[in-house]
Amino acid sequence: MTIEKKISGFVITVAKYFSLLFFSFWSVVPVASCVVTAFKTDKEYEQTKVLDMPASWLNFGNFKQAWHQADMGLGFRNTCIILFFVLIGSIMTGSMLAYVLSRFKFPGNSLIRTLFLFAALLPGVAMQVSTYQIMYNLHFINHLYGYIIMMMGTDVISIYIFIQFFENISQSLDESAIIDGASYFTVFFKILLPLLKPAIITVLVLKGVGTYNEYYAANLYLQNKAILRTVSTSLYAFVGPLGSQYNLICAGVLMSILPALLVFILCQKQVYGGMTMGSVKG
Amino acid sequence: MTGEKEHRGIRHWIHSGKGQKIIVVVLFMLVPMLLLFTFTYLPFAEMIKFSFYRMKYIGVREWVGLQNYIDVFKRNDCFGALKNSLYYMGGALVQLVLSLYLATILSFKVKGGNAFKGLIFFPFLVNGIALGFIFKFFYTRGFVLDTILHFVGFKLDNLPYWLKDQRINNISLVFTSVWKYCGQNMVLFIGAIMSVDGEMYEAARLDGASRFQQFLYIILPNIKTIVVLNVILSITGSISAFEPAYVIGGPGTATYFVVMDKVAHVSQKVGLASAMAVVLLIIILFTTMLQKLFFKYLFGDADLDDKTYAEKRRERSLVRYRRFHRHDN
Repeated sequence: MTIEKKISGFVITVAKYFSLLFFSFWSVVPVASCVVTAFKTDKEYEQTKVLDMPASWLNFGNFKQAWHQADMGLGFRNTCIILFFVLIGSIMTGSMLAYVLSRFKFPGNSLIRTLFLFAALLPGVAMQVSTYQIMYNLHFINHLYGYIIMMMGTDVISIYIFIQFFENISQSLDESAIIDGASYFTVFFKILLPLLKPAIITVLVLKGVGTYNEYYAANLYLQNKAILRTVSTSLYAFVGPLGSQYNLICAGVLMSILPALLVFILCQKQVYGGMTMGSVKG
Repeated sequence: MTGEKEHRGIRHWIHSGKGQKIIVVVLFMLVPMLLLFTFTYLPFAEMIKFSFYRMKYIGVREWVGLQNYIDVFKRNDCFGALKNSLYYMGGALVQLVLSLYLATILSFKVKGGNAFKGLIFFPFLVNGIALGFIFKFFYTRGFVLDTILHFVGFKLDNLPYWLKDQRINNISLVFTSVWKYCGQNMVLFIGAIMSVDGEMYEAARLDGASRFQQFLYIILPNIKTIVVLNVILSITGSISAFEPAYVIGGPGTATYFVVMDKVAHVSQKVGLASAMAVVLLIIILFTTMLQKLFFKYLFGDADLDDKTYAEKRRERSLVRYRRFHRHDN
């Protein structure tokens, strides 16, 4: 190896790590500054500079106060209920639909696929203008079940993840089971569904994080926040009178991020995998 | 007598392979199709219908023909808001280049690669409302950003008000969107780069290709499809940009969707909002088609959209399947 090559290799390595550090820094700083602030007392918050470290890292006072003020306990309870039903619902409907679409040839199969793909093109916020009227007519507004059913809706990404997975399971498996006298129901529930476990976990994580973070429809359809707040809409409590009490707000914000972060740390592989699988479809 | 015979016939049909197939197909698709219809295509049809009425969610409706569409083009706040999309398009471009760059670095052996990947990705998991608060705090005069810039030598007096100054506040908002989605894009590209045959890099390296050449001649052509898809998605996404302007806001930052949201849910001019939605949808569909044509022309790649990955994979598995059976016989 010539000296020139060594030098250019060294420069590239330095540039590489510098860019990684630089962009990681910008990714972390906005949240890290929240962490710093959340541990400051009111007095500290007013008197110290924003990025000065708090006097004590054990000052959980803001977290307690934010938890009560935004009634985040209620938010977490509602979000858990929503997550439970939305996840079960969309995994069942998604996998069943994918099973039918990938295993049966029938007229309209490709039309249905196209219908789902086109649905993904329609921008969500725009659709809510008229969805609101439908939710109103169905008496779905201000009921958890209404929001749950709407959120179960059509999740093209999970359907495609399931379809891809079915396509990788050999069809001869179903066929031999059918020949042995199993019904299609048995094939689906007893044979294919257990094999689908990795895809189910991927969808669980993706859809779970998506549902957990959803705030627009939750704000629109669960207006009675006294009893129907979710984790993300509970943060609305900090808009207005508390607008500049950032040590409190940061504590609330961090508590709302933490669960999604934990899931990510525990299931990194599924999150990345799901990202890649889902987005190819767009 | 005949009734019983018919009954037996139905039973027989249910237990026959064909009957069971039809039952499974219908039963398994019932709920998803119902949901798809109720929450996508029904609102879609209603939206088009509403756009011809002057109406609120409750109360009388008055047919006004194309008046709502005329208003969309006439009102300053409606169509004018689309120019803010240009900022988001610029942001999307920056994001694309940045995420490709980071993905290329992280696709190869890097010390602490996983940690970097995680750190750059995790903003994607921050919920919208939290993102709003985080960046209001971040951008406030004299707070996080100003402190950091002061630390590296900027004078506070020379720094603008990031969220109030109309010369810069749209850019500040776009940055929050880049912050959130850059890592997600990067992960996507890493996935694509990893799926390229590793031997190709090895061969190129042995041939003495520089890293930039490797990127240009091996990585980029191989992940072309996903890059193009991403460009199309991000341009469509910029036209319908919503989150930063909705959760953070500021003077002169309202995007088209933010205006539409207000028109629909605050002023309750449902007809006008529906017309806005329809107009935007047409713009989106039009630009999507235009871009697809453009990229087809550019790459001469008719394969791009006609054959999705899934279809290709299905073909491959079909070939495998046939081979397997031939072997069997």
